[in-house]
Amino acid sequence: MTTEFVHPRVWMRVNDTGLYCEPADAYIDPMVPVKRAIITHGHADHARAGHEHVYATATTLKIMTTRYGEDMASKQTALPYRKTITLGAVNDPVNVTFYPAGHIAGSAQALIEYRGSRLVISGDYKRRPDPTCEPFEVVPCDVFITEATFGLPVFTHPPIDQEIQKLLHSQTVFPDRCHLVGTYALGKCQRVILALRDAGYTRPVYLHGALIRLCELYQELGVELGPWVAVSDVEDKQTLAGEIVLAPPSALADRWSRSLPNVRTVMASGWMQIRARARQRQAELPLMISDHCDWPELLQTLEEVNAPEVWVTHGREDALIHQAEKMGFKARALSLLGYEEEDESS
Amino acid sequence: MKAFSELLDQLYFTSGNNAKAAIIKDYLGSTPDPDRGWAIAAIAGTLKFDFFKRNTVKKLMLERVDPDLFAMSYDYVGEMSETVAHLWPDNPTGDNTPLPRLAEIVERFQSASRQSVGTILTEYLNGMNASQRWALIKLGTRGLRVGVSARSMKQILASYGNVDVEEIESLWHGVAPPYTELLTWLEGKGEKPDISGEVTFHPVMLSHPVDMQTLDALPVKDWQVEYKYDGIRVQLVCAAKGKALFSRTGDDISHAFPDVLEGITGEGVLDGELLIMHGDKVDSFNALQQRLNRKKPPAKLINTLPGGLILYDILRSGQRDLTQSTLTDRRHALAKWISEQDAEHLHLSQTLEVADTPSLKQLHEQASDDVAVEGLMLKRKDSTYIPGRPKGQWYKWKRDPKLVDAVIMYAQRGHGKRSSYYSDFTFGAWQDDTLLPIGKAYSGFTDEELKKLDNWVRRNAVGRFGPVREVKKELVIEVAFDAVHLSPRHKSGIALRFPRFHRIRWDKPANEADTLETVKSLIQS
Repeated sequence: MTTEFVHPRVWMRVNDTGLYCEPADAYIDPMVPVKRAIITHGHADHARAGHEHVYATATTLKIMTTRYGEDMASKQTALPYRKTITLGAVNDPVNVTFYPAGHIAGSAQALIEYRGSRLVISGDYKRRPDPTCEPFEVVPCDVFITEATFGLPVFTHPPIDQEIQKLLHSQTVFPDRCHLVGTYALGKCQRVILALRDAGYTRPVYLHGALIRLCELYQELGVELGPWVAVSDVEDKQTLAGEIVLAPPSALADRWSRSLPNVRTVMASGWMQIRARARQRQAELPLMISDHCDWPELLQTLEEVNAPEVWVTHGREDALIHQAEKMGFKARALSLLGYEEEDESS
Repeated sequence: MKAFSELLDQLYFTSGNNAKAAIIKDYLGSTPDPDRGWAIAAIAGTLKFDFFKRNTVKKLMLERVDPDLFAMSYDYVGEMSETVAHLWPDNPTGDNTPLPRLAEIVERFQSASRQSVGTILTEYLNGMNASQRWALIKLGTRGLRVGVSARSMKQILASYGNVDVEEIESLWHGVAPPYTELLTWLEGKGEKPDISGEVTFHPVMLSHPVDMQTLDALPVKDWQVEYKYDGIRVQLVCAAKGKALFSRTGDDISHAFPDVLEGITGEGVLDGELLIMHGDKVDSFNALQQRLNRKKPPAKLINTLPGGLILYDILRSGQRDLTQSTLTDRRHALAKWISEQDAEHLHLSQTLEVADTPSLKQLHEQASDDVAVEGLMLKRKDSTYIPGRPKGQWYKWKRDPKLVDAVIMYAQRGHGKRSSYYSDFTFGAWQDDTLLPIGKAYSGFTDEELKKLDNWVRRNAVGRFGPVREVKKELVIEVAFDAVHLSPRHKSGIALRFPRFHRIRWDKPANEADTLETVKSLIQS
């Protein structure tokens, strides 16, 4: 066994399938079925079905089986945070350890150690408090792979309680209008419900069918969401006037919403900071609620992790690379295919 | 300023006129003078000058942010005010003095010297959050677009004060921001503002489209017949304090047509059609469009496309109100008034001699041959001048629309109550084997047809470009439009005037739709 330092760029590559760690023969968040997959979190653009062997946190595995069924992978290995597993050849091992990423329930950063070098794939992450998951943990490394979904200095997300107050205020101003809130089914939806509860909202929230299974899963995981009702169980939809209804963003302007009374369209997403984006969504009330880092948090993370080299992926890489270089880091773009550029989970 | 910024945010994201009106009325009721009046001015677009230039804002921003990051941000956001609003550092001085009132900001910029504008702007931006910064930059550069037109603002004020919108219209150009007197009156706490002698717009009388039944029953001898010219309806107002040309919505467009106002010395209020006229010869609407929306037309443009006014009614001559006189009497007064002016751009609308209904119909057919004419106007000779759209007094009889069969190419969801329906359609005509888009239409179908169209789009979508769905090139519609012009800006080389659905040809195969050549042959020179 050699202790000679081998730079991650030698053993970690990008190909059409995704990010590939050669000595472990494993992909991280691959887009198509592979032999061995390390999955950082359960969003559909990171976790796909059909892999032979999946390594993920127990919660992420649960999310995947909820979405894709028990047979989503032939073999599943649940890996707790901070517990190292060894892959690769016995005489040339690759160590993989998960650390919390603070993105959604079960989300993890993957630390990969090989021949004396340390690489952290942070997956999607955020730095704001989120009661549904452990906070992001700073892991020292030689190369840090960061997302750049909101990698422009125009993005600064306000505190979630401030955004939720906007929703509650709107409800008092428009007591007869059904407040239809577009939220991504996994993570955002549950966070919005929790923030409503934190703000003292005790009435039931109403859920589009596509959100229900994941809300039930969160409850199984011990997250108290309070009372909720499936919209499909509401016989007289007119009674939803003045209520808060949650639905996936794609349902906002679709036929489904026509049955709701006097809809006021609300959209919860980090993109809502840009007015034109909110307009495109036809959101009357945009809420800037994101499960990703805003610009100041991205910079804070680069500083704290303090890795000499940063690889930047999905999002607005140019600006973050420019900034990272100004901060004295070596930085380059890691062009991964297939991640949704403007993903609804943002 | 805090309340104003919140108002703009709400208006920006709220769709639907009623909802917007409710928000504005709420603001007016809870905001003191003179702040609320300045807000009205900002929204209705009646502020007279820019507080600062866009370039000043950009320069200040570049002193505070890396130019590359600014360029990348601007490129992404696509709009300067918003980019700056987000990029400007939050509260860099740590100063927590509350924001000044809107009126204080307006007044300070109004009295500021050119050199001090940057300093004042910086001070304000430092004390604001992103939304407030956006509001200030939009206000200061007069670039506010929150989907409330001047006309809607007047309607909102009318509803706020429970008065007729015509009353607001008639006062509007005689009052100025911050509208303190107007608002006091609307709240019943003061007298109606006195605007006599001011140059103000007067609410206009409008016509109904005529149907064949009405037409056949019309006693032709009691009706005045005139050409309906294809220009824009305007009102000429000449008073002690000046003269102005107003659009039918009451916007002052004098600055765009200084030539038309030349030589007028008398006082009066007159209705007419604004056109491009070479002597007595009327040019096309297309020619007029080149001068509309030009704030200050260059002398060369005025020379090549001179404005002209065909006057057809008079509401006031000197100090005499004529609205209670009959049309016949008004017409005499009109002819006399024009003859007293030394203004070569003013013309008296010609009345047409018609003996009976058949000859009226024949006249209508011939009228359509003239490119500058879009039909006939029929007015009861004994009608008084009634603002609004009274029944049975004035009729417009437009020439028959032109029709082509076109193929639907793209569809987009509508707005407001049509927001979940595909209701905006781009259609094209054939050039060899390809379809070229020739226009967009979103009216002319029934609610029932809209549902069918929406359903068809969902079943036949083949692609997506942002909010636009591309559909299979299979559905033919008969498109009606008023005219077709050459337009170098469009790929097809043509532009249709007021295209709308005439019929949906569910039965017709797409390859039997019309060619671009056919559409072009409908261009009138």
